[in-house]
Amino acid sequence: MDILTISLETAIGPIAAVYVLAAIGLNMHFGYTGLLNFGQVGFMLVGAYGVGVGVGTFGLSLWVAVVLSIACAAVLALLLGIPTLRLRADYLAITTIAVAEAARLLYRAEFARPLTGGVYGRQSLAEGFYDANPVPPGRYGVLGVDFSANQVWLMLVTWGVVGVALLLTSALMHSPWGRVIKGIREDEDAVRSLGKDVFVYKTQSLVLGGVLGGLAGAMLAINQQNITPDQFMPQVTFYLWAMLLLGGAARTFGPVLGPMVLWFLLTAFDETLRTLASEDLLPFIDGSDIGALRHAFVGLALVLLIVYRPQGLIGDRKEMLVNVK
Amino acid sequence: MSSEPRTADGAVRDRMAGVEPAAGVAKPDPILKASGVRRSFGGLTAVDVGHLEVQRGTITALIGPNGAGKSTLFNLLTGFDRVDAGEWSFEGRRLNGLGGHRVARQGMVRTFQLTKALTRLTVLDNMLLAAPGQVGEHFLGALLRPRWRHQEEANRERAMELLARFKLDAKKDDLAGSLSGGQRKLLEMARSLMVNPSMVMLDEPMAGVNPALVQSLLGHITSLRDEGMTVLFVEHDMDVIMGISDWIVVLAQGSVIAEGRPEDIRSNQEVVDAYLGAHHDEPGASAPGSGEEA
Repeated sequence: MDILTISLETAIGPIAAVYVLAAIGLNMHFGYTGLLNFGQVGFMLVGAYGVGVGVGTFGLSLWVAVVLSIACAAVLALLLGIPTLRLRADYLAITTIAVAEAARLLYRAEFARPLTGGVYGRQSLAEGFYDANPVPPGRYGVLGVDFSANQVWLMLVTWGVVGVALLLTSALMHSPWGRVIKGIREDEDAVRSLGKDVFVYKTQSLVLGGVLGGLAGAMLAINQQNITPDQFMPQVTFYLWAMLLLGGAARTFGPVLGPMVLWFLLTAFDETLRTLASEDLLPFIDGSDIGALRHAFVGLALVLLIVYRPQGLIGDRKEMLVNVK
Repeated sequence: MSSEPRTADGAVRDRMAGVEPAAGVAKPDPILKASGVRRSFGGLTAVDVGHLEVQRGTITALIGPNGAGKSTLFNLLTGFDRVDAGEWSFEGRRLNGLGGHRVARQGMVRTFQLTKALTRLTVLDNMLLAAPGQVGEHFLGALLRPRWRHQEEANRERAMELLARFKLDAKKDDLAGSLSGGQRKLLEMARSLMVNPSMVMLDEPMAGVNPALVQSLLGHITSLRDEGMTVLFVEHDMDVIMGISDWIVVLAQGSVIAEGRPEDIRSNQEVVDAYLGAHHDEPGASAPGSGEEA
C-alpha cells in the first residue's frame, strides 16, 4: 500500500495547497465572474518571483517579499484588465495566455539576469521561513503518512492561507458584491442596464483572483526554496483548469477538492506505472515515457469528466444545464 | 386596451393635448430631449434624428420598419452605444458620454429585445441585484455583513412586493433560466422597477410572448404610466401600439418621419409609405418586400 500513502501525502501536501490556492483564484475569475483567464500561471510566476527577487536579489525579509508578491500580482492584473475588460470576453483569454508566456520569457531573458537570475532563477529563499518554524523537530504522521517538522510547518501555513482565502471568497460571494459578480457572468449588459459599473467589478475580481495566484506562487517558492522560470510553463494553467472543472466551478470547495483529487490520481498513476516498469511488467514502456503517459491520462480524465459529469464532482447539475437549450 | 378605470378614450388623448402631430415637435413637459443624434456604421447612417422629445408621464411608442434604427436609437440614448454627433438630456441633465450604468442611475432604465434574465441566479437574486445604492455592493463593504443586512432586508421586501405584482412571487427561489419566455419578460420588467426609474425604455416587450400574457404585460405598462412613470417602447404589433400609446414616433431610415396620436399615425400617408414601400401603389413597381430593407 505504498502507492496509496505516497498519493495521499501528495494530495494533502504543500504542493497541492499551492494548486488549491491558485485554483481558488481561477474560480473567482471563471467560476463566479465568467472571466476566461488562461494565464493563471503568470500570476504564480510574478508571485514566486516577488519572493525570488525580494529575498534572492535584494535580501529583503521573506515577509516583506510576500507583500511584494501580492503587489506584483495586483499590478499584473491591472495591466491585463484595464485594456481588455471593456472588450469581449475572448480578448482577455487571448491576452492572458500570451502575457503569461511572455512574462516567463522575460524573466528568463539574459538581460534580466541581474534581477531574476535568468534561466538559473534564485536559490535559498526560505531560510527565514524555516527559522521561524515553531513545530518541534521530528517526524509526524498517521496511517503511514509521514512528514518532517518543516513540512508540517509549511503545510500549516499554506493550508492556513487556503482557509483564509476560502473564508474571504465565500463571504464575498454571499454578499451583494458576489451577486453582482455572478450577474456579470450571466450577462454583463443586463447588469450594466441596472446601474452597476461592470468594468470596476471585473477589475476587482481579476485582481483578487490574481493575488491569490500570486500568493500560490510565493508559497511555491517557499516550498521549493528556489525557483526557475521554466517551472511556469503554460501547462500549469491547464492543470489548474482541469482541477477546477474536476472539483466543480462556482462552488466554494470545488477548487479545493479538484487539485487534491487530481494530485492523488496523478501520483497514484505515476507510482503504479513506475512500480510495474521496475518489475519489467511493462516491457513496451520506457521510464521516460511515464511523463507523456501522464498527460494522456489527464486528457482522458477530462474527456470522461465532460461526458459524464460536466458540472464536476460537487457542481450543481441543474445550474449547469439551465443554459442548455 | 387601457386598464385605467377612471379615464375614457378621450382622457387618454388629453395627455398630449395641444401638441401638433409633427415630426420633432416640442412637448409641454419633456423628460427626454434629443437633438441631432447621429450614428453611422461604416457608410450606413443608422440613426439621424433631428429633434425628439418625450413627454413626461406618457406611453410613447417608437415604431418603424425593420432596420429603421429603433434599437440603435435605444442603445444610443441609454449609453449602450456611442453617438457620432448630437446631444440629449434626461430630466434636464446632459447624458452625452455617460456609460450605460450611469444612465440607469439617472433614472432611465432599459430592457432588451432579447430578454436578459440572469439565468443561473434565482428570480429573487435577479431582483435584489437591481436595487440601487447597496452598501454591500462595494468590495470592502461586502465583508461587513452587519452594515448591509438591514438594507438587504428592506430590498427583499420591496422585491417581493414587485414579484407579487408581476405574479412571480411563487417562483422566487427558482433559477431565472427555468422561467418561460413570457415570465422572463415579466421578470425583466419587474427587475427594471427595482432601480426606481422615472422612465423605462422597453425594447420589444411583447416579442415572443403568448397572447394571454400580452394582455397582462399591457396592463402592467399602463399601470406604470398611471403611477407617473414615463414609458418609451419599441414594438411591432400595431394593435398593441394603437391600443395603449399616448403618442407614437415613427422612425424610418434612421430619421423621425412622423409623430402623433394613434389616430394621426393611422392616417399618415408617409407612415404607410415607409412600411409598404414608397411606390407600392404604382403599377409595375417592385415587390412590397423592398420596403423591408429600408
